Amino acid sequence: MIYFDNSATTKPSQEVLDSFLTVSEAYYGNASSAHQFGLDADKLLRKSHQQAGQIMNVAPTEIIFTSGGTEGNNLAIKGVALAYQKRGKHIITTTIEHPSVLSACRALEELGFSVTYLPVNQSGVVEIESVKEALQDDTILVSIMHVNNELGSIQPIKEIGELLKNRPTTYFHVDDIQGFGKVSLDLKSSNVDLCSISGHKIHGLKGTGLLYVKEGIRLFPLFHGGGQQTDKRSGTENLAGIVSLVRAMRLITEQKMHHPDYLDHLNQQLRQQLQDIPEVVINTPDGQAPHILNFSIPAYKPEVVLHALEENHIFVSTKSACSSKRTDESAVLRAIQLPRERTTSALRVSFSFQNTDGEIELFVRVLKRIIKELSKVMG
Amino acid sequence: MTMLYDHILIRYGELSLKGKNRKVFINQLHENVRHQLKDFPSVKIKSGRDRMSILLNGADPQAIIDICRFIFGIQSLSLAIKTENNEVAIKEAALYALKEVENVRTFKVTTKRGDKDFPIDSQTFNHVIGAHLLKNTENITVNVHQPDVEIHIDIRKGATFITSARYPGAGGLPVGTSGKSLLLLSGGIDSPVAGYLAMRRGVKIEAIHFHSPPYTSEASKQKVLDLAEKLAEFGHEVNVHIVPFTAMQQKIHREIPHGYSMTVMRRMMLKISEVVAKQRNILSITTGESLGQVASQTMESMHAINAVTAFPIIRPLIAIDKNAIIQTAKEIGTYPISIRPFEDCCTVFVPKAPKTKPKLDKVTCFESQLDLSHELDELLENIKVVTVFGNKSDDLMQDLF
Repeated sequence: MIYFDNSATTKPSQEVLDSFLTVSEAYYGNASSAHQFGLDADKLLRKSHQQAGQIMNVAPTEIIFTSGGTEGNNLAIKGVALAYQKRGKHIITTTIEHPSVLSACRALEELGFSVTYLPVNQSGVVEIESVKEALQDDTILVSIMHVNNELGSIQPIKEIGELLKNRPTTYFHVDDIQGFGKVSLDLKSSNVDLCSISGHKIHGLKGTGLLYVKEGIRLFPLFHGGGQQTDKRSGTENLAGIVSLVRAMRLITEQKMHHPDYLDHLNQQLRQQLQDIPEVVINTPDGQAPHILNFSIPAYKPEVVLHALEENHIFVSTKSACSSKRTDESAVLRAIQLPRERTTSALRVSFSFQNTDGEIELFVRVLKRIIKELSKVMG
Repeated sequence: MTMLYDHILIRYGELSLKGKNRKVFINQLHENVRHQLKDFPSVKIKSGRDRMSILLNGADPQAIIDICRFIFGIQSLSLAIKTENNEVAIKEAALYALKEVENVRTFKVTTKRGDKDFPIDSQTFNHVIGAHLLKNTENITVNVHQPDVEIHIDIRKGATFITSARYPGAGGLPVGTSGKSLLLLSGGIDSPVAGYLAMRRGVKIEAIHFHSPPYTSEASKQKVLDLAEKLAEFGHEVNVHIVPFTAMQQKIHREIPHGYSMTVMRRMMLKISEVVAKQRNILSITTGESLGQVASQTMESMHAINAVTAFPIIRPLIAIDKNAIIQTAKEIGTYPISIRPFEDCCTVFVPKAPKTKPKLDKVTCFESQLDLSHELDELLENIKVVTVFGNKSDDLMQDLF
């Protein structure tokens, strides 16, 4: 089996599963309980904050553990919007964000906020000038993803952060769910105020994630309750999930440190070999995120190709899993102004550190064969 | 050729001032640095008369800097490259050092030519290196007054050292050079700060904590152990002596007039501390007292309480404002532990109106009518010692991450 759909989700690593099991068995106390059992859980929770803070180069108190990317994005966007609405009601984001960002913004529009959805250029990158132009006196939040999930385009986070540096009343949220562990981002030097991460994209478990919230920023919570996590996210902490998330973060960070060019190498291999197939057009521009490669086979229905690959035990995706059930056109590819024949025929390959050169060769061989066979019917 | 920072230069703090004891200080600092870096087996530490260098041998320089910044006795640290004494090699290293620093717009070169055999004088060499850096970078200019980064070139006999960023060290004296003290550690904000400040003057500490279950909870004991763990990060492991105090406290509460029970309780704490200190060959007691903060810390109270012991009592916070204490607690990371909501439930025993001006003769008079010897023996026999290590080296939980 060849698993090339790592931007949809990843296989949890054995170490992560081990941590989850050990914590569930040995530290099932409630971190808020006053007895020794609760204290151990509390200590472990604090260690988790510390370790996560260390990995992200931020303070332990700036970490809020969540149930994943969707919660992180919602908590950041609605949390800031509702807490600071007296300051202003304008939000800036882009047209290529994940649905959890776009839908949260649309929901806020219903509550009277105004939202600017910035376009991206043909490489799928938002222009810094357009951010500058969109800023208003009452802009309280800019929410822009680091790495786009469908295309792999990298947004100029550092430059946007620099632009917002002298605007203390505008907070900057970055959805780093696709980027974390693959494309470096230093939160402090990029002036990022909030940043969401998801566990299951980095060989962690579903239902785990975190939101970095810079010291001093208030959030209107999504969940009210017992006041856990400095009142920003009530609910008994999912300690086993939290510890396993931090372990996944550490493992992928180490992997990137030891093999900084590996994903890029895989990407280049696949790029070169796909260029030899005349029916294939590559959509992801060069120089973007190393783990995502989006390409189209115009006139070939992508679902058919996907299932044909599946018959050969190769798993890729059409668009992103989160939006693939809606229309037949990729909104992200439309946003970069590709012709309809390409926006309706896109496939996405997404790598992890577990993939190999051999898998790429096999994938390309099978893809060539499939195109040949399907051309009799579709091409 | 790929170049790397191959060592870290450490400049001593006050050590240079201490004539005869210099060797003791340097040895202790060497030992402390080695202890803190034990997770990096590849590094080699070499101490010289004026400075120490840590040869990295491939270890991550930033991780080591981050640890060394908190070791007392260090004035400042720099990443450094060692090259031969020739112009080409020095140029290359200087360029590397400049490029390694992020967000640089301006720089300045400072050459120190200790080796007078080197053919170019320092002023001229500044220009030579400056020109080389300008030629090989973009958008970076010279600013001799307020540079973003200063490239130091230290030409010595046999080798040249090139450094750029300089990180401030923690100052103070190496822990272990000023003997040992027994720190009265409650779960509050002040006592850990007092311990930290004593450590910064080279004191090695052990801690003593008075625990009154079930009036004080397990949580407050854990708090104390966590505080001790934080302190251990600044030096060595810390022994925490946990004194079962319930029986004695109950008796004092029952027998002593309420206005005076707090004074007597504090005196007993010092008396017990003195016994423990003597057993452990410790020559002083350290407390977090700050003048006028609470009833037990008025001049009269301290006079009456202090009279119970002839041991020197170190009070690093005595003249420091609460705000400044809180500030330090935040800096050293004990504050979030201290404010955890498990108050020490000792409040049960605190009288409603403790005397702020207790009289020593009255105190001794009340005490003379009270026989606490049984409780004292019992409690001394049941002191538990827990040894805590700095976060970096411990523990089972660590394996989960």
